[in-house]
Formats: sequence, structure tokens, C-alpha cells
Amino acid sequence: MSEIADLSALPQEEREARENFLFNTKGFLSWALTLDHKRIGLMYLVGVMSAFFIAGMLALLIRLELMTPTNTYLSNAQYNQVFTLHGAIMVFLFIIPSVPAALGNFLVPVMLGAKDVAFPRLNLSSFYLWVSGAVFFLAAMLYTGLDTGWTFYTPYSTTTQGPVVAATMGVFILGFSSIFTGLNFIVTINTMRPPGMEWFKMPLFLWATYATSIIQVLATPVLGITVLLLAAERILHIGIFDPAYNGDPVTYQHFFWFYSHPAVYIMILPGMGIISELMSVHSHKSIFGYRFVAYSSVAIALFGFLVWGHHMFTSGMANVTTIIFSALTFTVSIPSAIKVFNWLATMYKGTVQLNTPMCYALNFIFLFTIGGLTGLWLGALSTDRPLHDTYFVVAHFHYVMVGGTLVGFLGGVFHWWPKMTGKMFSETWGKISCLLVFLGFNLTFLPQFVLGSRGMPRRYAQYVAEFQELHQMSSYGAFLLGFGLFVALGVFIHSLMAGKKAPPNPWGGATLEWQCTSPPPYYNFLEPPTVNDPYNYKPLAYRDGDRGWEYVHPEAPEVPQSEPEPAQS
Amino acid sequence: MSEHVASSDSNVSDGHCHGFSHPMPVWQLLAVFFALILLTVATVYQATLDLGNLELVASLTIATIKAALVLLFFMHMIHDKPLNIIFFMSSFIFVALFLGFTLMDAHGSGYQDKKELKVLDSQRAVAPVDPAAEAESEAPSGNGAGEIT
Amino acid sequence: MSEAAVHGDGHGHDDHDHPAFLAHHFDDPEQQYDSGKLGMWLFLVTEILFFSGMFCAYALYRSIHPEVWTFASQFLNSTLGAINTGVLLFSSLTMAWGVRCAQLRQRTGLVVSLAATLGCASIFLGVKAIEYTHKWELGLLPAGTYESQFLPAAAHHGISQWLYVLSAIPAACVLGFGIWYAMTIAKGEKENSEVAGPLLVTALCYFAGVGLGLFLESGEAHGEDHGPGTHSEEHIDGHEHPGNVHEGEEGDPGHKDAHEGGGEEHSMLPGEAKVVFVSAETDGMKPLPKPGAATDKEIDQSGGAGLFFSIYYCMTGVHAVHILAGMGVLTWLLVRATRDHFNEQYFGPVDYVGLYWHIVDLIWIYLFPLLYLIK
Repeated sequence: MSEIADLSALPQEEREARENFLFNTKGFLSWALTLDHKRIGLMYLVGVMSAFFIAGMLALLIRLELMTPTNTYLSNAQYNQVFTLHGAIMVFLFIIPSVPAALGNFLVPVMLGAKDVAFPRLNLSSFYLWVSGAVFFLAAMLYTGLDTGWTFYTPYSTTTQGPVVAATMGVFILGFSSIFTGLNFIVTINTMRPPGMEWFKMPLFLWATYATSIIQVLATPVLGITVLLLAAERILHIGIFDPAYNGDPVTYQHFFWFYSHPAVYIMILPGMGIISELMSVHSHKSIFGYRFVAYSSVAIALFGFLVWGHHMFTSGMANVTTIIFSALTFTVSIPSAIKVFNWLATMYKGTVQLNTPMCYALNFIFLFTIGGLTGLWLGALSTDRPLHDTYFVVAHFHYVMVGGTLVGFLGGVFHWWPKMTGKMFSETWGKISCLLVFLGFNLTFLPQFVLGSRGMPRRYAQYVAEFQELHQMSSYGAFLLGFGLFVALGVFIHSLMAGKKAPPNPWGGATLEWQCTSPPPYYNFLEPPTVNDPYNYKPLAYRDGDRGWEYVHPEAPEVPQSEPEPAQS
Repeated sequence: MSEHVASSDSNVSDGHCHGFSHPMPVWQLLAVFFALILLTVATVYQATLDLGNLELVASLTIATIKAALVLLFFMHMIHDKPLNIIFFMSSFIFVALFLGFTLMDAHGSGYQDKKELKVLDSQRAVAPVDPAAEAESEAPSGNGAGEIT
Repeated sequence: MSEAAVHGDGHGHDDHDHPAFLAHHFDDPEQQYDSGKLGMWLFLVTEILFFSGMFCAYALYRSIHPEVWTFASQFLNSTLGAINTGVLLFSSLTMAWGVRCAQLRQRTGLVVSLAATLGCASIFLGVKAIEYTHKWELGLLPAGTYESQFLPAAAHHGISQWLYVLSAIPAACVLGFGIWYAMTIAKGEKENSEVAGPLLVTALCYFAGVGLGLFLESGEAHGEDHGPGTHSEEHIDGHEHPGNVHEGEEGDPGHKDAHEGGGEEHSMLPGEAKVVFVSAETDGMKPLPKPGAATDKEIDQSGGAGLFFSIYYCMTGVHAVHILAGMGVLTWLLVRATRDHFNEQYFGPVDYVGLYWHIVDLIWIYLFPLLYLIK
């Protein structure tokens, strides 16, 4: 701490620049061996975005192939490999770590007012576990294609020639990366809160992260043992999942979905947390029903453990079990709906500013609602029977995973980008990217609902000619979506190269991360932050583009002093 | 809680009372250990009795008592924070959910089919041992393994 | 302990002098300890759920095929299981004692109890090695490789060759630690010799476990001649293998070398155990199959018993991996203990490893009756 004492002699500007976590130490090793949660978060961000790029390219390849009803670019076997890797990389390498590991790592301690996560070394090791898991997956891709689908269903996965063992070991390692991240956040939020930071003064993003972490800790070990048993099944033929040895493949599905259904909430809950922040900050209005939103996160996490059987309605489960699971599935819609209604109510009579993050947040609400409502059709036993394993399912979960998590993730990255990099981005182009993503996404997946309800099964490289128009529409949408995402990437790169310096609080947020400089210093806060209501925007006033929003002392004015139209770069 | 008093006594006697360490008194550790050994003997003895369906219940009850002893004393749960205990014990709720649903499904429709053991197509279904094979079995040539593979 | 006290001095990282053991982002030792403890409990939660998958598989297949369990569990040696339970319980005692020593800053006591814990772990693995190799020889393997116990037995003499394979690593450890120990003694490096000595003992304990296992496995095999027989088969097979039974009881000069325990020479790790076993007398225990249930021979030849052994190997194997991992961290603790890193304010690592070690014990407490005892 002596160096900090030395620095305190320097002028404010100089001191911020020296202590800024991006540049306080230099060199490759200072990043590779860093224990700073912010740097680890940024490394995750680069990692998950690279994984997303690879898996997104595979998605475009799939759509390209599906332009015509017959095989054009890929053989059936290659098609199987491509969609498997698309799914597996997206799920295990991108969606699950995207928000919790990348944004969560950066934000959890800062929002909490702590200096770091509870276990910085564990944090770094989960990053390297993630990297090694990714290497296993890439090896599987480069060696011979994995063709089981991301679910590794037995008995196919125990008989196929693909590198199932390598891929399952990758999943096992990634699982532990996810567990350690979750464990770290739970402990951080429980024991590292500074004085004054009570449970119900925590930002809702932290509540969502906490709920996510609970799922990560409780569900992921079951995935670990499942893939371990699957590997043992392949190597030693233990027969637990193999009907040839008196085992039962449905058991595998139970094991797998006990993790993988809750994992769906690992994917969506942090996105919901981001939206809770974005809605409130960009509406300049306290979140409506704080406690309901907070509790609904925990409720989703817990209900998520009761419904895994709805993935198995057509797998030969016992009738009574299917009925119970179908009924339980509907319970999850209650907390999800609570969130959506509260977000909408937050905007009501707020000072809504359509900044890029807010555009993404609105995008999220629209797409997630469609995804959630179509989920009810799949949760209902009678309608699931015909819709199971069709494009309807594909469209449904893409609406939730892409329309929900990816869009929420992008919204979060735009929202916290100034904080992470200290640079503003082009609002105009940010909004254009949001519009392109919105149009491209709907053009891709709305036709797939139609396709599915007309009986187009998923996972086929060939289809009957009457589906071609809808498939082509979907493919054009996918290219537009891809283009929109590239525009977003361009906005980020442009911001890094030529972005304006960001003020500490460009959006007028009241949570703690906006109290420290942009980017934050190594210890997050030069002075201990004052903890107050995270959604009280009254004491904040907009100054100008360079200063952003600042606290007005001593008396808070009722309304912002100038017309809030900040951050036009 | 008497244990608590005892342990803080030992703390004080050692002159190191820092509030968050609760050294277990030696007599408690030994008592727990011997109780565990006794229970192990009991469960082994119990297995020699023919209790029928009660056998599972009896063994698991003894195992749970042993587990409780380990948790409470060896793992210091009696001095631990309630939050830690809640977290740990709640894991059993989720295990129960997992087992409960999976077993319920396995015992639903189709249960009778599952009950039937399939005869594997390997040599495991080889005909009963005949005198020739019996003679071979006395030869030290590992033919048993040979026949299986 | 109120929240205010826990986070008493808030954010003052400038004005607080941190002891060396206190990480920079914590305010005081207690916050550090509480964080670690909560983290460890959460990790134990993940361990419970990790094992729950196998317990689920166990419950599932046991409930579907109870007769398979009745048949196959007889092949497990409950004496060895009980011994191992006792060994693990003792190691739990020494571990808990070690935590106490760390909390009271009793350096020697801590080193001794960690060494004892390591030794017990090693004995456990030695016994386990005997159990495993014995079963491998008999073809009691996972479903895919399970060999029928009603086929003519493979000739099998003395110690399983697998045992030599498994023992290579501990043997190398004995050698390595022995040399290291001798060097530290010669150079007078007290701290290092306090690490090398216990590690040498640990490696030797593996062989003690192996010896114990060999001794008791032979006793058990002998006992099984009159032990948990299989009623329905005795009429069919009992007279089909008279020669084997006879030979089994006469003893076989081929496996003399395995003996450490004197008296039980004649049925030591018998190659004939398979046959001896199935043709055994029934008295005492009678785990009778349900009327109309498959006979043992049907169960065996259908490969159903392989499912039991799959689950047996998965559960005990993963458990053994946890023991090995525990030995790794115990060694790390031992090194730190000799350097006197632990005190009243900083005993967290010993406590966390203790929690881990006890959970491993806890799982064995359930595995033992579920696999070895319940018919």
C-alpha cells in the first residue's frame, strides 16, 4: 500500500492513469498471471467472444447448407458434425461463461464495493480451466468431428466413432471452471460486502449472479459425474447407460438434464440481471418491485431444478412422471413473467433514453417474451408431443438463448464498455447494430416456428422442397444477424482505437461501479465507496459529455439539471 | 451448549481465545471416534442378521448416525455458522429431488420390461460347464479368460 | 459475531497492517477464515452432488434388479471393508486432532497427526489394491468385461500380477522418499526431514495395507467356503466341481509366496475361488431370492452382475481418487506445517482440508454398508 501512498502526492489525473487496472502493470505475464478480477474478466471476454465467433461461423455454415433442400456444401455426416460443434461450443464455451464469467468477474466485486473476489487464485485457475476445456473442444473439432449433438445422448454417443471421450473431458473441465466461478461469487457476495451493503441494497445484477452461482454449484457436479460415467461407458463399458448391458439410456437423459435444464437458467438469469440494471439506469427511474425481481431470480434458480423432465417427454418416460414434469414446468413461467412485468413497469413514467444499451434491453424483452411464451407450448405435454424435435424447439431456444442471453450480453457489454475500457463508443453505429441484430434475428427464427409447426424435424441436412422458401428466409436472416454482429464488433474496435475518453458515470447509474473511475483503479476504489440505494437517481445530475453524471451535493435536485442526452460521441 | 463451554474453556486455558477458533477438546474427539467404531461393529453385526427389508433401513440408519457424528464433531458443525450448515444440508434436498424423480420414473410404466435381464450376446451365456471344461480348468493356462473374450 | 465486527474496518487497505498470511483483499483474519470456510462447504456441496449421480445409479439399478445385488454383493469381502472403514475413521480422528493442533499452534502435534492421516490413507489404498486386484483376477469386472463366475476358473496363482503393477508407484515412492529422508538426515535439514520422514512412512503404509489385505483376503476366502453360499446353485454346481472344491481346500503350493500371515496358507487368493465360491455350502446367512426370480446362474450369465461391479468400481474408484487428491493436499499441509505457517489466527487451510477429508470419510461411511453389507 506504500505505492498508493506515494501516488497520492500526484495530481488526480496522473494518479488515475497510473492506478488504472489496464495499465498499472505491463507485459504479457502481468496479464497471464494476474489475480485481478477485472483483468480476468476481460480475458474471459476475449475468450468467450472468440468462441462465439467460431460457433457463429459454424451457424452460418449450417444456414448456408440449408439454403437448398439437398446436400450442397456438406455431406450428411459433416452436417451432423457442424451442428454438434455449433451447439457444444455455443453452450459450453460461450453462453454459460459469457455473462457470469466475463461480465460477472468484472462487475461483481466492483458493484459490491469489494477489492476483489474472495478467491483470486481460484478465479484465475477457473479461467485456465476454461481455456483447457476449450482446447479439448477445438481438438475434437480438428481431429475428427464430434457428431452426437451437444447433448451426447446414449446409446449413439457410446457407439459413434467421434471423439466423444475428448469432448466429454472438455465438458468435465469446463464444468469445474463454471463451478469454481459460481463458488467464488457466492462466497464473495456473502462475506465481502462492505459495511452498509445489505442484501436488499445489492444491485439486481448481483442477485441474478448469486442465483446463477447457486445453480452452478448445485447442478454442474452432476454434469461432471454424468460425462465421467459416459466416458467410462465408452472406455470400460460399464453398462449403466447402455441397453446392451442391462443399462438404461433414459437414465443418461435424467442425469444429463438434471444439470442441463438448470443450466438453461445459468444462461438466462445473468442476462436478466443485466436487463434489470439497464432498464432502471436508462429510464432514470428506480426499478419497479425491487424485492420481487430479486426473489424471482432465486425462485427461477430453485424451480429450475424441478422441471428437467420436460426435455424427455418423448423419450419413454413413465406417464405419471411426464404429467408431473409438465405441470411443474409452468411454475417457472411465474417468476419469469414477474421480471418482464417489472421491467415494463420500470419504464412507465421514467425518463427513457434510447441509448445503445437500452435498445438492446428492449430488444431482449421483446425476444425473450416470444421465447418464453413459446416455451409454454413445449412445456405442455399435449402440444409438445407433435412439436418435439422440430424446428419449433430450435426457434424457441434460440429466442431465449440468442434473443435473451446474447442480446442481454451485448447490451451489458455496451453498457459497461466505458467502464471496462475507459472509452466511449459510437452511439449511432451501436444503435444500427442493434437494429440489424433485431431484424436479422427475427427473420432467422420466426420462419423456424412455422417450419417446426409444419413438421420440419431438426438436425437434418436435407428437407422436402416445400420448406425451401422458409429455410431461405431463415438463412438470409442469419446472414443479416451475422452482419449486425460484425457491426457491433466494429463499434467496439473503433471505440478502442479512437473512442472518446469515458467519464466515470456516462449513463447516470447509481450502483457502485459508477463511483470509481473509468476504467477502475487496481483496488477498484481510491476511497471507500458510500453505499446507498442502487436505484436512487435523484441526487445525480448530468453535467456534460466529458463529465457525465455526477452526484450533486449537498442537496439533491429533484430533476436532472440539463436535458439528459449524454454520450453522443 | 455444553460442548461450546468445554471448548472455550480449553481455549481460555491455552490462553488463545480469538473468537473464531473452536478447538475440539481431546476427550470429545476420542469419544466420537470410539462411538464411530462401535457403530461400525454394530453395522457389521447387523448385516449377519436376517432382517429382510429392514436391513436397508437399519444399515442406512446406522450410517446416518455415524455421518451425523462426523459432521457435528469432526467437521465442527456445532460451532459453525448457520449459513454454512444451511448450504450444506440443502444439498441433500437436491440429491433427494434427483433420486426421487429418477426413481419414480424408473418405477413407472415400462418397469416390468426393465426388470428382465437381457442375456448378453457374448460368451457369457455359454453352456453349463461340461467335464471337459472342468478338466481344462485345472490346467494353469488361463483358459477362463480366453473363453470370455 | 455481528456483521459490523466482521467487516469492522471496512475499506481501509491503506491504514491496516496486514499480517503476512492475510490476503490483501481481506480486512481481517476472521473474514478470510469465514470466506474460506464457506467456500469449502460449497465445495463439499458440489462433492455431494457429484457422488449423488453414482448413488442415483446405485439406487436405480438396485431397485430394478434387487436379485443382482443379492448375488453380486457376496463377492465383496466385508472384513476388508470393515477394516478400511476403521482405518478411515481413525484417519478422520487424526485429521480432526490436527485441526485442533493447528488452532492451538502445536506444531509437532500437527505434523504428527497429518503424518498419521497420510499413513491411514495409504493403508486404505493398500487394502483397496488387494480388493481390486483380487476381483480383477476373478473376472469380477464392469459389465462389458465381466466374466461369468460359473465358467471354469482361470488358473491363478498367488499374488495377482496387477498388484505388482499397482504397487510400482508406492514402491518408487518408498525408494525416493527413503533416499530423500536419508539425505535430509545426513545434511541435518530438520524441516525437510520432517516432511520426508512422514512421506516415507506413508509409502510404507501402503505395503502394510497390502499385507493386511493379503492376510485378511485369505481368511475371508477360507471363510467363504462355509460362508455366504448360494443356495440355488449348490445342487447344480456343487457336484459339478468336486475337484475344484477339493483342491481349494487342500491348498495349492503355487501361491505360497503370497503369505505373510502364517496359518491360512491353504486358501490364499485361490485361483479356484470362483468355483469354490459358487459351490459353497449354505449355512448361516440365507439371502434367498424371491420366488420366481432369476437364479444366480441366470443372473450371472446374463451379465447382470456386471452392472453391480460397474457401480462398485465407479463409486469406490472415484472415492479412491478423492483419497489420492486428499493425500496430495495433506502433503502440502505437511510441508507448510513443518514451516510453522499455522497459528491461532491462521489455521484455515488445515480446517478446510479437514472438512474435505471428513467428507471423503462420510461418503465411505455410506458406501460400506451399501456395497459390502446389504444383501
